[in-house]
Amino acid sequence: MSELKRYERPIINKQYSGFMNKFGTSPITTPKTEIDGIAVNHLVEQFGSPLFVMSERRIRENQRNAYRIFKTRYPKVQFAWSYKTNYLDAVCSVFHSENSWAEVVSEFEYDKARRLGIKGDNIIFNGPDKSREALVKAIRNKSKIHIDHFDELYLIIEITEQIQMKAEVAIRINMDVGVYPKWDRFGFNYENGEAWQAIKRIMANKNLKLVGLHTHIGTYMMSAEAYRIAATNMALLTRSIRDEYKHLLQYIDMGGGFASNNTLIGQYLPAEQVVPSLEQFADAISSGLFSLSFSAEDLPLLILETGRALVDDAGYLITSVLANKRLSGGKRALIIDAGVNILFTSFWYKHKISPAQECGVYQEEAAIYGPLCMNIDCVRESITLPSLKQGDKLIIEHVGAYDMTQWMQFITLRPNVVMVMEDKSTELIRKAETLEYIIERENLPAKFQKK
Amino acid sequence: MSKYMIPANLAVSDTGFLFMPSTGETFTLNEIGRDIFKLLQTGLTEDEVVSSICEKYDCDASTCRKDLDDFLGQLKNYSLLSEL
Ligand SMILES: Cc1ncc(COP(=O)(O)O)c(C=O)c1O
Repeated sequence: MSELKRYERPIINKQYSGFMNKFGTSPITTPKTEIDGIAVNHLVEQFGSPLFVMSERRIRENQRNAYRIFKTRYPKVQFAWSYKTNYLDAVCSVFHSENSWAEVVSEFEYDKARRLGIKGDNIIFNGPDKSREALVKAIRNKSKIHIDHFDELYLIIEITEQIQMKAEVAIRINMDVGVYPKWDRFGFNYENGEAWQAIKRIMANKNLKLVGLHTHIGTYMMSAEAYRIAATNMALLTRSIRDEYKHLLQYIDMGGGFASNNTLIGQYLPAEQVVPSLEQFADAISSGLFSLSFSAEDLPLLILETGRALVDDAGYLITSVLANKRLSGGKRALIIDAGVNILFTSFWYKHKISPAQECGVYQEEAAIYGPLCMNIDCVRESITLPSLKQGDKLIIEHVGAYDMTQWMQFITLRPNVVMVMEDKSTELIRKAETLEYIIERENLPAKFQKK
Repeated sequence: MSKYMIPANLAVSDTGFLFMPSTGETFTLNEIGRDIFKLLQTGLTEDEVVSSICEKYDCDASTCRKDLDDFLGQLKNYSLLSEL
């Protein structure tokens, strides 16, 4: 028998007439067998499974595209890479080589940026937790310190007196942009006058130089209008500072928060249909900044700290099927070798998941579970997929943001991360952990040590 | 060796469509599912089904047997099959 047919698991599905299948009309799953021209099989042979893959090409495309979109709407634009979104050195370096500054929210991130050679004044230091040592460092390096609360403001004043240096500061402002929940725990409030109080305090101090204003209204924002409101408020404050103090700010920092093309759990329509485009966000911000009505040379720089929208779709997770299972109610379940400890975002996203090899056209509903021996380890409650067997590969898409920073070492070791470079070579950018790497930090009290 | 009984007047179409007149339920099967269903209707045992499938499809007997077990469980679950 030479002409054997391709085998796939026998499947039977019950049809529910009268209703459209809740996954829409039978979606066609097209396998994704390569990433930027590199075969998935090849990647797994070389680097194992699970495996995170970053695309250099995609990051650059995203960054250039975003810069063009904003730059064609407002004359002075600067991006600052949000380290917390993905602070692997290689990823940050791609952004920096596209002229992005660094936006950091901790001393650890600050030091990481400095190690990569980022000049002090190209680092924006955000966040509610800046130690005295970190502030001293930032002041000496002339970094832009975005003050979060009055205690920090007074600490900075104290330090500048001690070390006899001036600090370049901005304040973070929170405001009502019609989006709930309101992010009012960071920075100074706009509506109740707290922000203006802080500005007055800064302007009255000779050691502080107010260089900008900062806001970050939320993350995965689905409303462009919210940015128009925020930009308008920022513009009005900037104008008041000019009128009141004859002081021109260097920049307005609108933070990050643009939604990426990942569909939220509980969202019925796919993200592409409901998420505003970058053009819409840019239109909203530039129209808000119109309220400045400054002459061209007086216009402040527009800084953007865009995170997920620039990197989410540049990240992939390759994973292997460990087993097929049938749940008590008859539903199919797949167990894969990547759990929620490395795919934190599966708690809020319905990622696009595609088979990484040729597969049959017949699809079946399935749950996808990770390998952790924990009930919470559910990567997807329900998805339609063709039949897959042990060892088959899946690609989970749009995992470039937050997964590689919020991942946990739990029960097992975190996997390799590779980057497919523009020239189609592959580079290992973070080595898989080993038992030695983990226990190197531990100390076993002498009385337990075996002689 | 288990033999199975499929309710009378159940017919699976060439496109894999199955209608159960007694309940009005409909099901769809993929190509292998269809083949296995038809083989079961002719009264073949599990072993016979496995060897027949392996002659036609590119698979080994143990994979086929594992998947057949699961498939039979599904058929039973939907009351499309009873063990003799
Ligand atoms: C201050 C600040 N800037 C930028 C970002 C990046 O946000 P996103 O990834 O939603 O664009 C964050 C993330 O929450 C943030 O807190």
